[in-house]
Amino acid sequence: MAYSQALIERFRNPKNVGEIADANGIGRVGNASCGDIMEIYLKIENNIVVDAKFKTFGCASAIASSDVACDLIRGRTVEDALKLTNDEIVKELDGLPAQKIHCSILASEAIALAVEYYRNGGKMPTEDKMV
Amino acid sequence: MKVYLDHAATTYVDEDVLQAMMPYFVDTFGNASSQHQYGQASLNAVDRAREQVAAAICARPSEIYFTSGGTEADNWAIKGIAHAYQHKGKHLITTVVEHHAVLHPMEQLEKEGFEVTYLPVHADGRVDLEALKKAIRPDTILISVMFANNEIGTIQPIAEIGKIAKEHKIFFHTDAVQAMGACPIDVKELGIDLLSMSAHKFYGPKGVGALYIRTGVKPQKLITGGAQERTMRGGTLNTPGIVGMGEALSKAVRDMEKNNEHIRALRDYFVAEVLKCIPDVVVNGGMEHRLPNNANISFKFIEGESILLSLDMDGIAASSGSACSSGSLDPSHVLLATGLPVEYAHGSIRFTFGKSTTKEAVDYTLECLKNTIEKLRAWSPLYADHIRR
Repeated sequence: MAYSQALIERFRNPKNVGEIADANGIGRVGNASCGDIMEIYLKIENNIVVDAKFKTFGCASAIASSDVACDLIRGRTVEDALKLTNDEIVKELDGLPAQKIHCSILASEAIALAVEYYRNGGKMPTEDKMV
Repeated sequence: MKVYLDHAATTYVDEDVLQAMMPYFVDTFGNASSQHQYGQASLNAVDRAREQVAAAICARPSEIYFTSGGTEADNWAIKGIAHAYQHKGKHLITTVVEHHAVLHPMEQLEKEGFEVTYLPVHADGRVDLEALKKAIRPDTILISVMFANNEIGTIQPIAEIGKIAKEHKIFFHTDAVQAMGACPIDVKELGIDLLSMSAHKFYGPKGVGALYIRTGVKPQKLITGGAQERTMRGGTLNTPGIVGMGEALSKAVRDMEKNNEHIRALRDYFVAEVLKCIPDVVVNGGMEHRLPNNANISFKFIEGESILLSLDMDGIAASSGSACSSGSLDPSHVLLATGLPVEYAHGSIRFTFGKSTTKEAVDYTLECLKNTIEKLRAWSPLYADHIRR
C-alpha cells in the first residue's frame, strides 16, 4: 500500500511541528534504535488542551501521525484527549500501510504520556487553576 | 527538475539496446528451440548474445546460461552446488553483507541441514580474508562472496578469494550483479567458478540475467521442465531480453572506462560537497575499493525514509539502504555489519549515479538535500537534544 495523498500533504506541510516553551504536558516515546521518537508538547489550561505541538524523529508516517494527533486533541478536555485512539489518526490520514500502523499507536501513546506528565504535575500550572 | 540517482536499483534501457531488441518482439518472434526458420532466426540471435556476454567476462559461450535475472542465478548457483556436491560436505561460506538473493537461499539450506559460515567485514565493507581462511573446513564445498556491494559499493578482494578457494579446491561463486559494466572481470584470472549477473543493472531490460558456470562445474538444476540451455535450465528463452542483455553488456564493457570516469567525478564531487555543507554526516563504506557510482551517507538525528520522501517531492529519486528492504523496518544489515550504530543506520541514503547524470542534476540534488536535512533536523527531537548539549 502506498501513502495516501492526505499523508503526503501532512508530511509536506505539517501544521504543528515545534515546541511549546511553557508546555505543561510533555510526552516522549520510542527510541532511536527502533527508528522512531516522538515528543508531544501540550499546553493545558482549565482542563482543556489549548495547544499541542510535536517533534518527531522517524519516517513520513510518524511525522504525519504526530501532526494529525496534535490537531485531533486541540480543544479537547484532558479526559477526552486521553480517549484519542490510533484509529482516529489512521482515519484522518486516509489509511496507513500495515507496517506503519505502529506510528499511529506511538502518537496516541505520546499524547497519553504527555497528559500523565501534566497530571503528575511535571510542570504544574498554578494551584488555583487546578480543579 | 527530475533527477534519478538510484541506478543501483535499476537503470533505464539504453536506446541502442532497445533498438537491438525491437525486431525480436514481432518480426523474429520464433521459439529459439523450434526447428523451423522462425525458431532458428531467434536461436541465432540468442547465440550471438551468448557470445557477447561470454566475451564480457572472458568466458566461453558454452559457459553462459541465461536466467530470469540475478536472483535466479544466485539461487541456482548456491542451491545447485550445495545439492550436487553434498556428498563431499555440507559446509558453505558467505558473508554478512550479501544481497538477500544469496542470504535467503543460504538460510533455506541451513534448514535442510547444511552449515553456513557468515564472514564478518571490516569497517570499509571488505571481507576479512583471515576469517575466510580460518572458516575453511574439510567439508566446505562453496564460497559465495559478492563482487561489489549493492548498498555501499564495496568491491571485494575477488582475486584473493578466488586464489584461496582454488588452493582448497572449493567452488567460488560471486554475485556480480552490481559490478557488471563497472569492474573489468576475467573469470579465469579471478578464479571464479560461478558468477551471477542481471541485465537491468547495466542499461539492459528487466527479467533477464545469466549464470556463468565454469566448464566442469555441475550444479544441480533449479528450473526443470525443458531441454533449453543445454538441458540445464528449462523454460522458453526470452529472446528479446537476451538480445538486449548481450547488446547492453557489450556496450557497457566497451564504454566502461569513459562511463566510470564521468560517474566517479560526479560522485566524488557530490560526496565532497555533502561533507563540506552538511554537518554530522557519515560516509558509509571505504572510498578506495568502491564502485564509482555509489555514495551512501548517514545523516544523524533524522530517519532515512523521511529524507527519501522529501527528496522525492523535489523530484529526486534515491534509496534508503536497499530497495528490496525498504518495505521492512529493520535498518540495513550491511550498514550494521560495518559497525555503524543502529540510530545512524536509520538515517542512511544511497545515491547511485548513472552515465547520463549531469553536474546540474547533482547541484540541484545538493541544494535540495541541504534544505531537506535542515528541515527534518528542525523537526527532530534528537537534533534538539544535540543542540541543547
